[in-house]
Amino acid sequence: MDKFKQNIAPYLFIAPAIIVLLLFAILPILIAFGISFTDMNLLGLADWANINFIGFDNFARLFQDKAFIQAIGNTFYYVIIGVPLAVLASFLVALALSYVSNWLSSVFRVVFYMPSITNIVAIAVVWGFLYNKEYGLFNYMLSLINVDAISWLDNPAIAKLSLIMLAVWKSTGVSMLIFLAALQSIPKSYYEAADIDGANGWQKLINITLPSMSFATFFVIVTTLIGWLQFFEEPFVMTEGGPLGSTTSMALFIYQEGFQYSEFGYGAAASFVLFIIIILVTVLQFKLRKSEDKS
Amino acid sequence: MHQKLGYNRIIVNTLLFIGGLIIALPFVWMILSSFKTDREVLNIPPTLLPEHFTFQNFIDLFVNMNFGTYLVNTLVIVFFSMFGLLLNTMAGYGFGKFKFRGREPLFILVLLTMMIPGQVTMIPTYLILNELGLTNTMTGIVLPGLISAFNIFLIRQFMSTIPDGLLEAARLDGAGEFYIFFRLILPLSKPILAIQIILTFIGAWNSFLWPLIVANDESLYTLSIGLALLQDQNVTNYGLQMAGATFMVVPILIIFIIFQKYIIEGFNVSGIKE
Repeated sequence: MDKFKQNIAPYLFIAPAIIVLLLFAILPILIAFGISFTDMNLLGLADWANINFIGFDNFARLFQDKAFIQAIGNTFYYVIIGVPLAVLASFLVALALSYVSNWLSSVFRVVFYMPSITNIVAIAVVWGFLYNKEYGLFNYMLSLINVDAISWLDNPAIAKLSLIMLAVWKSTGVSMLIFLAALQSIPKSYYEAADIDGANGWQKLINITLPSMSFATFFVIVTTLIGWLQFFEEPFVMTEGGPLGSTTSMALFIYQEGFQYSEFGYGAAASFVLFIIIILVTVLQFKLRKSEDKS
Repeated sequence: MHQKLGYNRIIVNTLLFIGGLIIALPFVWMILSSFKTDREVLNIPPTLLPEHFTFQNFIDLFVNMNFGTYLVNTLVIVFFSMFGLLLNTMAGYGFGKFKFRGREPLFILVLLTMMIPGQVTMIPTYLILNELGLTNTMTGIVLPGLISAFNIFLIRQFMSTIPDGLLEAARLDGAGEFYIFFRLILPLSKPILAIQIILTFIGAWNSFLWPLIVANDESLYTLSIGLALLQDQNVTNYGLQMAGATFMVVPILIIFIIFQKYIIEGFNVSGIKE
């Protein structure tokens, strides 16, 4: 009897978690795959008889949909500008923190991490105020140095950059901590040896610090890239994808199709396109890293 | 040489201060503006400190808006997320401290769920909740986010550091499996649970998108949805908007500052080693 109890005990411990994951993580991906080949919408939600299998029509339609093409373009724009900025900013902050005294370092760590734990709506409210064309602090500060007011969120070209600036501000903290942990794990003896050889600060950075951090850098780049490919919250709360769809990301497009137009099948198809892009980009990065390791 | 090092240090310190100022500026501006009257907040040039210090904006949140309801709903979500954390801990313990048939494939299944982007599961999860009749209910809001594969993974890593002998001894003494879990394992897991409780609290307090999708009635809105609503309804009343934002953000900042040591050290524990 006791033996039996001990045998089923582990299943009892994991069962609740496994059941919830099956229901809300595994099952959804199967459903998403299924409905991406159908015209599931509000009618289908009311009565399953209204759902028709339409093969690859959704996917064919997606690549003729100007809004979706624009969303892909915007997403790549975010990734190409945002990822290098975000990685570089967090690396520089971590590097600077490793130079200053322990006390200052711990104070600034808290300051730089604060935006990561701040609610996105609160951020949107505060930044919406800062970005406001007439009453915003940013334009007031620009007026002090005689620069004309900028329409931060109303001009299609500038709005994308405003969102990137906001996202970099928000995301620096997490990557900074990873870089900092990696920096602190570099043995001091490496630097002492370099000092004896008369290396200057720049040489130490290039020859010791950067190579020792290659794994952390790789990790940060992969996770940052995945995060930016899924760029969603900032355009969702700040611009709702506007003006004229100029800030709509793929993730926002999926949300809008699913929950504003109730085109569940079409939205699911778009989500699979995003998923495949994420997988391709991630696999590519692992391949690149492997070939780097070999050389 | 020594002098050059001194210059470098000054430059690094200055850059850090400027960077820190840029990061902190939105927070400072939010808090200062929340105590200004709705006229003063639109002043050009803007005032730095409030001229007529007022709590009116905060009072309005609760009198004119339903921030009381939103606060209660948010706390309910926080409560259930802690229950979810308990389930995560149980699963982490199950995977970390037992050998059983199917352990490997099930654990891989858990890890796989981490790789699925939220956008893919968002629409079908809504359809499932709809089928279960759980849309527009508190259950529907909390259930899909109850389990975090990443937390299970972290907790399992921690559990494997607890010696097996301890469990064997307790079993020989005739302790039941759940007694062992609650009386022995949970107290031993304080270091990892401390971090998880704080992070779970922050996550639940900030939860926005899923409540927004599932809740139709205002009576189910969370603070963040309430704040978004406030922004829509009071477009130019920035004092009130800033008060709402302050009310959401400051409690989290206080908790974070008190416990930051654990969170930041937690990163080193689970952090990246070559």
